Amino acid sequence: MKIGHRRRFRRVGLILAALTASTLVLAGCGGSGGGNGSASGDGGDKASPQALDAALKKGGKIIYWTWTPSAEAQVKAFMDEYPNVKVDLVNAGTGNDHYTKLQNAIKAGSGAPDVAQIEYQALPQYALPGALVDLRKYGLDSLESDYTPSTWRAVHVGDGLYGLPQDSGPMAMFYNKEVFDKYKLEVPKTWDEYTATAKKLHAADPTKWITNDSGDPGFTTSMIWQAGGKPFTTDGKKVTINLGDAGTKKWTSVWSPLVEQGLVSQIPGWSDEWFKGLGDGTIATMIYGAWMPGVFESSVPEGAGKWRVAPMPTYDGQPATAENGGSTESVLKQSKNPALAAAFVRWLNNGNGIKPFLEKGGFPATVKDLNDPAFINKKDPYFGDQAVNQVLVGTASTVVPGWSYLPFELYANTIYGDTAGKAYQAKSDLNAGLQAWQDALVKYGNEQGFEVNK
Amino acid sequence: MTVSAQKAADRGNRTRAQAGGRTTRTTSPLRPGRSRLLTGLMVLYLVYTLIPLVWLVISTTKTQPDLLSTPGLAPGHSFALFANIKETLTYRDGIFLRWFANTLLYVVVGAGGATLLATAAGYGLAKYKFPGRRAVFAVVLGATAIPPTALAVPTFLMFSGMGLTNTVWAIIVPSLVSPFGLYLMWVYAAEAVPQELLEAARIDGASEFRIFWTVALRLLAPGIVTVLLFAVVSTWNNYFLPLIMLSKPNLYPLTVGLTQWSNQAHGAGADPVYNLVVTGALLTIIPLIVVFFLLQRFWQSGLSAGSVKQ
Repeated sequence: MKIGHRRRFRRVGLILAALTASTLVLAGCGGSGGGNGSASGDGGDKASPQALDAALKKGGKIIYWTWTPSAEAQVKAFMDEYPNVKVDLVNAGTGNDHYTKLQNAIKAGSGAPDVAQIEYQALPQYALPGALVDLRKYGLDSLESDYTPSTWRAVHVGDGLYGLPQDSGPMAMFYNKEVFDKYKLEVPKTWDEYTATAKKLHAADPTKWITNDSGDPGFTTSMIWQAGGKPFTTDGKKVTINLGDAGTKKWTSVWSPLVEQGLVSQIPGWSDEWFKGLGDGTIATMIYGAWMPGVFESSVPEGAGKWRVAPMPTYDGQPATAENGGSTESVLKQSKNPALAAAFVRWLNNGNGIKPFLEKGGFPATVKDLNDPAFINKKDPYFGDQAVNQVLVGTASTVVPGWSYLPFELYANTIYGDTAGKAYQAKSDLNAGLQAWQDALVKYGNEQGFEVNK
Repeated sequence: MTVSAQKAADRGNRTRAQAGGRTTRTTSPLRPGRSRLLTGLMVLYLVYTLIPLVWLVISTTKTQPDLLSTPGLAPGHSFALFANIKETLTYRDGIFLRWFANTLLYVVVGAGGATLLATAAGYGLAKYKFPGRRAVFAVVLGATAIPPTALAVPTFLMFSGMGLTNTVWAIIVPSLVSPFGLYLMWVYAAEAVPQELLEAARIDGASEFRIFWTVALRLLAPGIVTVLLFAVVSTWNNYFLPLIMLSKPNLYPLTVGLTQWSNQAHGAGADPVYNLVVTGALLTIIPLIVVFFLLQRFWQSGLSAGSVKQ
């Protein structure tokens, strides 16, 4: 509960993740050579979607690792529908704890689940070393038109399809209307207006901030994404890292002054202090993915009625957003029954599994559900009866294309605090901080057998 | 480990000093009276140690929203202690009870076994002369200097090679080894078991095993309790080893399980249950507190043994 403790625990987890990740990447690169090109080579015999139906009919047992809140309801509904199949649901931890255990199991060669939740940002780290099954083998690439383009791209690494999108997280701006009304603030549409709002709010009440950011790599990468930056490109073993490209600079030109002038709070995200700040008005806006309403409703009861949603501010006033968070379910190579596992994934994210997911407040990745009038027009009492999905679905189509994550993004995230994070603490130039991050990443990548910036 | 030993020793000294002050009010170099400065410092220290505990107890009476919206040391809007306890014990099909049972298993088998091994080995090393004793001494002493955390990852790789990860053995087997306990028992046995007694027993025809089991073990009791307490505390609080060894929540001990609950307040689908985390934490420390109170006597006499040369 104490933030210090939690952070330390998290750090321990991060170190572990980094340790195991490094060995995993190494092993993967040594073994597979062209990991993403080998899809046609592995298996050879291409199974059809009918093979999945047959696997469901035959039944069996699979293990599913996830921390999705709706998982229990989903698994129950699945087993009701397919009594032959036994799904063993395991919550092995949230985020890094989960990844640490997953990587340990992959490295150990046994003990991994059949199906695992993997966030989009982490997918390359598992797909490139060949730990995941390319679902094109089961013809699931035919489902392309069911998903938004940005999530469909997010489940691909190279040409391979390594999962089906569970949810999507197009970014939007959540703002505390009570605070905005009290200090007579306008809802900002551009980043210049956002900066002006930040100044006005903090000047009016120094205990309130426009938002918080103590150095969150997921937020940073999404913000660079929105600004049009493409700092990470991967082609086989060749990786390019350029955290000084035009898009990145565009973001830092807005965000660095906010940090340097102390206009964003240094409350760490997801701490108890942060949840408190969302409830009592200390934090006035939150720029996060479309899954955020669920978090608000379940975890910030004091904020009920105060919060609203607006599109994310942009640089030129034209709508543009990025993906932030979101997960896929993937089939592990270790699975002894990959066809059944793939069939389960198809049911979860392209079948009847979506309904329980939506009931728990999830934000879908499927076009059909996103465009369902009942979903779009649903008035949300937490947000003062605003039809929040109208805003969120509207932004989903404006995701800036062309983004990709590093093949060692999880490691990159773990060291963000120790490199770029220092710039936040010192309230100094973020460009220098990002350069420090880049230097560490280039060094690490080359040590792992990638050819970074060569 | 050494820090807690020191703390315990401090506590022992403190009670003794206080007892001395109460019975005799004279001030002499041998029996110093009360020092205001020291008493003040100790009171500060006491407050410093107790505040987290007070915070924990108060927090367990709050609901999740109250935890975030009311000051830490002030009571919440409602008294939710019993509701919290009930929810902690039933959350996710009562997995907390399962974790509790796991922790008990690891402590009973792991710490119990560690104590037994440390006692037998310490006694053997203290009372039998054999070649290589000094080498063993050096190794044991060196081993006490290595923090168990540093060994966790190599141990994981070794256990995973043997296919033992994700089993109870992954926690129990490493817990069986306690270099510090061995060292303590060695020192204690050297002082507490007179060589003459062993010789008398041998002359009477007792076997070496019987001497250990019926004569030495009784003399060693205070030392055994001390080692047992150390082992129980360290196994009960063991976090890092189970964190990397286990991926099945069904095998988690309380420490790892509660951290998992705490961490689920993070990211998309965040589901903070801080009220259950603090309530679980309180329930987790209660058995340790009970064990401490029950065995405190032995603990102190065990620690001070050997401090005075007779």
